[in-house]
Amino acid sequence: MEVWVRRMGVGKNGDSGLLPDDDFGLILGDGESGLLLAGGESRFTGFLPWQCIVYIWSLEGTAMENGGSWNLLDQAIGPLIEDPYASRSGGSVVLIEDCVETSGAFVLHHLIKRSISPLPPHSSPVLLILVSFARSFSHYDRILRKMGCNVVVQRDNKRFIFLDMRKLECPEAMSDGDGGDTFEGGLVDLYGKIQKAVEVSIVNGGSRSVVIMIDDISLLEVAAKGSSNHVLDFLHYCHTLKTDFGCSLAFLNHEDIYSSTERSNLILQMEYLADVVIKAEPLATGLAKDVHGQLTVMNKRNFDRWKKMSYFHFRVRENNVEYFYPGSRT
Amino acid sequence: MAATKTRSSSFSRNISAASTPQIPGLKCGPNGTIFVSSGIPDLDKILGGGFPLGSLVMVMEDIEAPHHMLLLRNFMSQGLVHNQPLLYASPSREPRAFLGTLPSPVLSKDDKSRDHDLEQEKGLRIAWQYRKYLGENQQNFEGQRDGKPDYCNDFDLRKPLERHFLSNQRIDCFSLEGSPNLDPFRERCSTFLAQLPRYDGNLTSACRIAIQSFYAPQCEYSNTEWEMLSFVRSLKSMVQSSNAVAVLTFPPSLVSSSFSKRLQHLADTLLSVKAIPDEDKELANLLTGYNDMVGLLNVHKVAHFNTQVPVILEATTFSIKLKKRRSLVLECLNQAPIDGSSGTSYATTGSCSGSSKTGTLDF
Repeated sequence: MEVWVRRMGVGKNGDSGLLPDDDFGLILGDGESGLLLAGGESRFTGFLPWQCIVYIWSLEGTAMENGGSWNLLDQAIGPLIEDPYASRSGGSVVLIEDCVETSGAFVLHHLIKRSISPLPPHSSPVLLILVSFARSFSHYDRILRKMGCNVVVQRDNKRFIFLDMRKLECPEAMSDGDGGDTFEGGLVDLYGKIQKAVEVSIVNGGSRSVVIMIDDISLLEVAAKGSSNHVLDFLHYCHTLKTDFGCSLAFLNHEDIYSSTERSNLILQMEYLADVVIKAEPLATGLAKDVHGQLTVMNKRNFDRWKKMSYFHFRVRENNVEYFYPGSRT
Repeated sequence: MAATKTRSSSFSRNISAASTPQIPGLKCGPNGTIFVSSGIPDLDKILGGGFPLGSLVMVMEDIEAPHHMLLLRNFMSQGLVHNQPLLYASPSREPRAFLGTLPSPVLSKDDKSRDHDLEQEKGLRIAWQYRKYLGENQQNFEGQRDGKPDYCNDFDLRKPLERHFLSNQRIDCFSLEGSPNLDPFRERCSTFLAQLPRYDGNLTSACRIAIQSFYAPQCEYSNTEWEMLSFVRSLKSMVQSSNAVAVLTFPPSLVSSSFSKRLQHLADTLLSVKAIPDEDKELANLLTGYNDMVGLLNVHKVAHFNTQVPVILEATTFSIKLKKRRSLVLECLNQAPIDGSSGTSYATTGSCSGSSKTGTLDF
């Protein structure tokens, strides 16, 4: 656990710089979540060891590194794979939510491209596992090829694993009194496949960091015949891969399915687990030719290094997506 | 519109260079997709060519009116005219009887006269030396016309389809009523699709699946929503891996809204139809040609395969009209100009109410 201190937003002289002044709050954190011990005046001032009051927000380095080439979306998401400055090599959980009018699949394509395109030389290669319930391999292949990313080559290099789950049907429960084990057959097998791939990759030392993507969760629910408990179990298992191996996870889901009734457990838990929630919505003002919709990115990992909420418009093109702030395009 | 949009990127296929397939009823589209016609020329134009092979088209019904049947009938007839195998399923006890109500294609002679009518109606006189350009334009939309059968026909809704189209066909009918679950129908779909395996190299023909009123309450399985979703999902994956297009109509008001949303997400192309109330004076004032309209068609989603660029249409709502009471025409809505004396529809919308107040205050 690293200890770091930052001054609280309201100081005596009103500025909010990082260097401690005569008044500050103390936050203990592990780089991801901070625990506020004391905020405000001077309760801890006396016995704070000044040597440890060096705080470098772990995401800072990577942002500087990639600087100019990052677009608004990348800046809002922050590093996807891992942050080399953090004590843990933890991944992040990204949840993409879209609706019937605006598809959020392009964010997923962007993340695919970002995770398997070549990284700076010092970083280890990334393994991407894409679990698809919606589209065929050739669909992703054609799209990513236009974006300048060849997934076939990456698949041959064992850096990309495509699991086609379009025909997955979870078997019915054999007997109701027997517990749910037999019911879960399909999802248990699927998790086994993912886990094996992760373990092989990490034990063999081929790729240290793994990204798991699922397109999309609502179809996973259909495959599980609507048993959201089993879907949740599956997602929690996937989440253990994050804590155990530092995998990153990215899920696509459709928000409008859940918005009509009282919010279902599934979407609430997914939003809770997620570090970054990306919402794709149509423009509130209606249909437009040059603006395809708006993105709201909520990054829960950030205290203040980046803005927690980002909001911008986008326009999808064949080979890239343009992101811009509202009103900055004519 | 949609086609020109996708062509603007440097990475898309040059459509004019791509060889048109020799099989009648199929047309190459952008991004390696192949279209079949919906049976309504205007709808094909709106969707950028038609329904792409491997797509699942959903039509949301208006439960008070049978407008979805218009789309379904034309879709089925067009397939039969092109000799494409057809699987039709409906909740009625005797689905084959529905085939008798399919419309017949307008003969080419009539077709010409219709084009002539159109020109006259436009009230546009074109000098003879420009007439050939006009013809070229139409050629682009309606495909090859000389010798080969048309990609898309006009259908005469009053004339039933001729017998020979119905007799020498591989037409499969299935009644959704009576079976306790969807497994038999799933079996039927997979055997039907298995007769046409997908060869990417040499495409032989396409087949069509039409499912009418999938969620009708007379079906026994209609209370097991997850099973129906699971069926639609497996139908989608079956269709995706074969040369088929499936059109499925369902009444969205009969299912819970979250399931309706799930279905809408499953659709590649999503349309909805709505009837127009008979005596809606306000709407009649607002829209020109209101008396000819039989309904409204909404395009919610257009299939985009092998690309991430969404198709943005010029308009999403179209009026369904019957031209000369027989052929189906879709038109953009035209708002009538509102004259000062009778046009109260805008002034009453609340935001403008201030202006009337200033009139009474009389500063």
